Formats: sequence, structure tokens, C-alpha cells
Amino acid sequence: MNDAAATGAPLLEVTDLVKHFPIKRGILIDREVDQVRAVDGVSFKVERGETLGLVGESGSGKSTACRAVLQLIKPTSGSVKFEGREISGLGRRQMRPLRREMQMIFQDPYASLNPRKRVGQIVGDPLKRQGVASGSELRRQVQELLERVGLSSEHYNRFPHEFSGGQRQRIGIARALSLKPKLVICDEPVSALDVSIQAQIVNLLDDLQDEFGLAYLFVAHDIGVVRHISDRIAVMNNGEIVEQGSADQVCEHPKDDYTKKLLAAVPIPDPRESRERVRSK
Amino acid sequence: MSAAPLLSVSDLRVGFATEAGVVQAVDGVSFDLRPGEVVAIVGESGSGKSVTAQTIIGLTRANNARIEGSVKLNGEELTEAGDAEMRRLRGEQVAMIFQDPMTSFNPVYRLGNQIVEAIRAHRPDTSKQEGRERVIELFEAVGITNAEQRVDDYPHEFSGGMRQRAMIAMALALEPEVLIADEPTTALDVTIQAQILDLLEQLNRERNLATILITHDLGVVAEVADRVLVMYGGKVVEEGTLDEIFYDPQHPYTWGLLGSLTRIDRPRPHRLPQIAGSPPSLLDLPDGCPFRPRCPHEFSKCTEYPGLESRGGEAPDHRDRCWLTPEQKREKRTVEGQIGLEAPGEVRQA
Repeated sequence: MNDAAATGAPLLEVTDLVKHFPIKRGILIDREVDQVRAVDGVSFKVERGETLGLVGESGSGKSTACRAVLQLIKPTSGSVKFEGREISGLGRRQMRPLRREMQMIFQDPYASLNPRKRVGQIVGDPLKRQGVASGSELRRQVQELLERVGLSSEHYNRFPHEFSGGQRQRIGIARALSLKPKLVICDEPVSALDVSIQAQIVNLLDDLQDEFGLAYLFVAHDIGVVRHISDRIAVMNNGEIVEQGSADQVCEHPKDDYTKKLLAAVPIPDPRESRERVRSK
Repeated sequence: MSAAPLLSVSDLRVGFATEAGVVQAVDGVSFDLRPGEVVAIVGESGSGKSVTAQTIIGLTRANNARIEGSVKLNGEELTEAGDAEMRRLRGEQVAMIFQDPMTSFNPVYRLGNQIVEAIRAHRPDTSKQEGRERVIELFEAVGITNAEQRVDDYPHEFSGGMRQRAMIAMALALEPEVLIADEPTTALDVTIQAQILDLLEQLNRERNLATILITHDLGVVAEVADRVLVMYGGKVVEEGTLDEIFYDPQHPYTWGLLGSLTRIDRPRPHRLPQIAGSPPSLLDLPDGCPFRPRCPHEFSKCTEYPGLESRGGEAPDHRDRCWLTPEQKREKRTVEGQIGLEAPGEVRQA
């Protein structure tokens, strides 16, 4: 238990986060003519061991918000506190020790793994860089991780192209978990996968959460999946959070008009019920 | 719907010779499509659903492809039609729309001109002006506002949903009778998806357009389909009406697909029911039923592949490929009060 845990500060507290991208014109002298307000004053909290789902359509700013939280892009303004400590504006070097605590899982299991590296290197790289393990100890830890995410320790020397999409996503999860983070940001982790594989990955994330006490910031456009995995849901539209609440409350009793519209558009896999519904508008 | 079929596919088989061996991508697919009807083909990657669609419209005619069986459109055999004849039929009688409308248009030409070009390729005596007016009409019909200005836009000036509307407009330009839609809403946001589904439904109603909908999303199927084919490992494993597939599914794979859906209108289950393992490689299919390695109900008979038959007797057009008896199926498909696939002992990784 460190100080923050003792004082009850949330694991992650984001307040008034803003990320504007400038639109520039001109050849020699760049004039800023306007701004894209990708994230425009977003506030939310993630408690230890909890899952906050972030839903929204493309362009709503959900991925930009994630990147700004991790300081992968520099926020324009606002505060990001991790365990009570301000991390917004920290430099690369200052962020490095914190990277152990917060990791990310990406959408595309084909693009997010280096095709020239073996699985063992990919999963072991964070451990090596952070100086956690090396040599045979590194190998043992990586093999243990591979087995934990449903792969086999014999996969250690294989290349990513030898795996299916679902298995690759498992490799990405093993890499994110290698440093035993407290927070994992999942950016559309199942949307590139086949239907029968999606449920496997969602269940795996659920199990890992229980086992390691992870907190997830789970970003997706599929409201069904987000509702299944989340304790609370925040709905984003045009760079702002329009509604936030418990997963069941947001899905069953939405208050905001945009949330209502979004929920009404989700196809119901039940022919009798979908015949009675009006989809768009 | 008792009208004569517009399109009749029987025992279609498509194989591709590769260095690693012959990939039998489609293995004996048969179905009929009638005017105004929507037939959905559901499956995961590698199930053969897209190859089936592409073969109907003659897009899989490669040197290494072996196409057998028959595709009849208004009585005319398409698998034997020459390339020039196919080019004529494409657009005039069968049109196709794709998942990604950005890569389906040429980025350096104005949208209107691309569609006019397609019209003039088939109807050479159409003037450019007439073609342009036709495109404006089509844009209005598919719900593109400001059609007169927007015909002169480039593809990148359209949003994803609008681009998909433009692609539907292009597909409709020559008034085909059959539309093949390959994952038409997969790349779109849900609110836009709902609009496109409404549009497709309206076209079916107003123009009596027959549609083959290729998708992996059973939610989309429930919204628009009349009949459903479920494909797995290149074969149809179950086919029936929309209600038969959703409320009386016979094949364990269908149970698994239905069970793993997340529903926002129901209380959430503690665990999402899953199907173990992953879809098979077409180069290395198991003997007998290809779903066998993932199926918790596998028994001795499954090493022999069952034919696509109606086993219940009450609905002769509801067919499946599973050896279990109807009574066994009714008993086994109910998991915690809902249709689903029982959890296996251990998740087997391929």
C-alpha cells in the first residue's frame, strides 16, 4: 500500500482533459486557422480493479482521450492523475517508471506486433527494458505469461504470422500484462476478431482482471461488448462525455438524447423484437 | 414467397490451387433467391461466404480457380458465360457493394463521373448530361442530400455512410434485379449502419430488389433477412427462415453463434458464452464435421460428415448438417435457459 492507496485517491482521475489539434494553412509561415477539438473537457475516474467502458462513434474522441491519458500525445490542458500523482506534462523519462503501471492493448493484432520478432521477444521486451528480468528468468516469466493467456509455452520461438487473429490478440495481452500493471487501456481489443473469438478474449480479460486486480479503461464502439465487461460506462460524442453511470443504468435508462439514439441503433439479434422497433432517426 | 427463383445456385464448389495444396473455399453451396427476398449468408473469416458471392458475379475466375456446379440467373448459366457476357450482366442484372466504400471508388475522379462512366459503358448512347441527371436522381433515391452539388465531389469529401450510399447508388444505376451486399455496414458506426439497413430494406420493398447479404453479424441478419444460410469451413451447416434459425436452430455452431451475442436489452450473463478454439484452416480440415474439434456434443458418428438434410420433418426447407436427433438438439441447445453452446471442459487451442 502506498500513500495514494491509503488516502483513497482513485487509480486514475482525469479532469477537464482537452486535446485540440491545430489546422494549419500557409507554405512558409504556418498560420493556425482553426482547431479540431478532438477531446474537449473530459472528466472521469477509474477505481482500482474496476472497468470503465468508453463508448462513442468514430471521431468522438475516445482513442485520442486514451492516448492523452497515457501521455502518448501531449494534452492541450487538463489534469491526469495516476494514484493521486499528476502525470500530465511529464516528459518521456519521467513517464518511464509509470509505464510499468499502465499498459495498452491495441485493436489490430496484425499491426501491433513486430512481424520480424519472435513471440518471446515481443512479450519479454517490456520486462527487459524495465530491467525486471533477464536470461533464463525472463524466459520462464514469458512462458508462464503465454500459458496464462491461453497460448502454449512452445509458442515462445514462433513469429506473429504463424498465429490467428485471436491468438495474436492473446500475445498482445501477454505483453501488456508482463509488467503487472495496475491499469490497462484496451482500445477496441475485440473489434477486429471473429464473433466466436470475441467472446473468448472478453472472458480472458475478465479472468485476468480477477486474478491480477487490474483496472480497465475499455474503449469500443460495440455497446453490447462494453456493457458486458464494464462496471461503469461513459458515452462520448464530439469530444465530450455526454453521459456517465453504471453500465446497466446507462443501457437500460439512458438520460441523454445522444445515448438514446446510439442505443436505438444497435441491432437486436432477435427477429421478433427487431420487427417492432424503429432503427434510425 | 412462391415466385420462381431469380437466381438459383446449386452445388457450387470453388477451389483454389495454392502451393500448399487445393483450398476448397466453397464446397457444395445451394440456394434460391426470389424477387424482393433477402438471403443472408452468415459465417466467420474463411467460411466461404465472400467467395460464394464473388463467384456468383464472376469475380473468382482466376487461373488457379476451379469452379464447379451451377449458378443460374433468370435461367441463364453464369458459370459458363463468357467474360464479355459477364461484363454485360454485371451491373445490369447483378450488382455488388463492398465493405469498404473508400477503396471501391477511384480517389482521383469525381464520384458523379465514375457512376456516369459505368452507365455509359453499358448504355453507350446515354449522353454525359443524361448520365449526370441520372446520377442526381439516384443520389436522391439513396438519401444523399444536396445531390446536385455532391455529384461533383471526390470520394474523400464524402463521409463513410455517404460513401456507402454513393456505392449503393452506383449499384442501382442500371436497375439490376439482384444486389449482392458483402458486409455493407461492417465499417460503419451503428447509427449510420441503421440508416443503411433502412435504405436497403426500402429498396427491397420499393424496387422488389433481391438481395444476398453477406455478414458475420447476426444482429444485422435479424433486422433484414428472410432466409439465412450459416456457413462453416466452406459448407452450409444450416439453412432456414429467419425465425427457424433464431428460435429453432439445429446446428451446434449456430447455437454457439447465437449464444455468444451480447444483448443490451437483456440482463447480462456472468460470463459470455464462448465457442472454444478457432475456425479451421481450409488446407487442413478435420475428417467428417469440420466443427467437431470445437463441439462439446461430438460423438462417434461425427467422423462422417452428414448431408444437409431436414431432420425434424415439420419444415422441409430447414436443413442442417448434424447427426444429433431433433430431440437431442432440443435438449442440448438450452444452456442456462437460453440457446447456446455448452462450455467444453478445456479450451483447445489449434
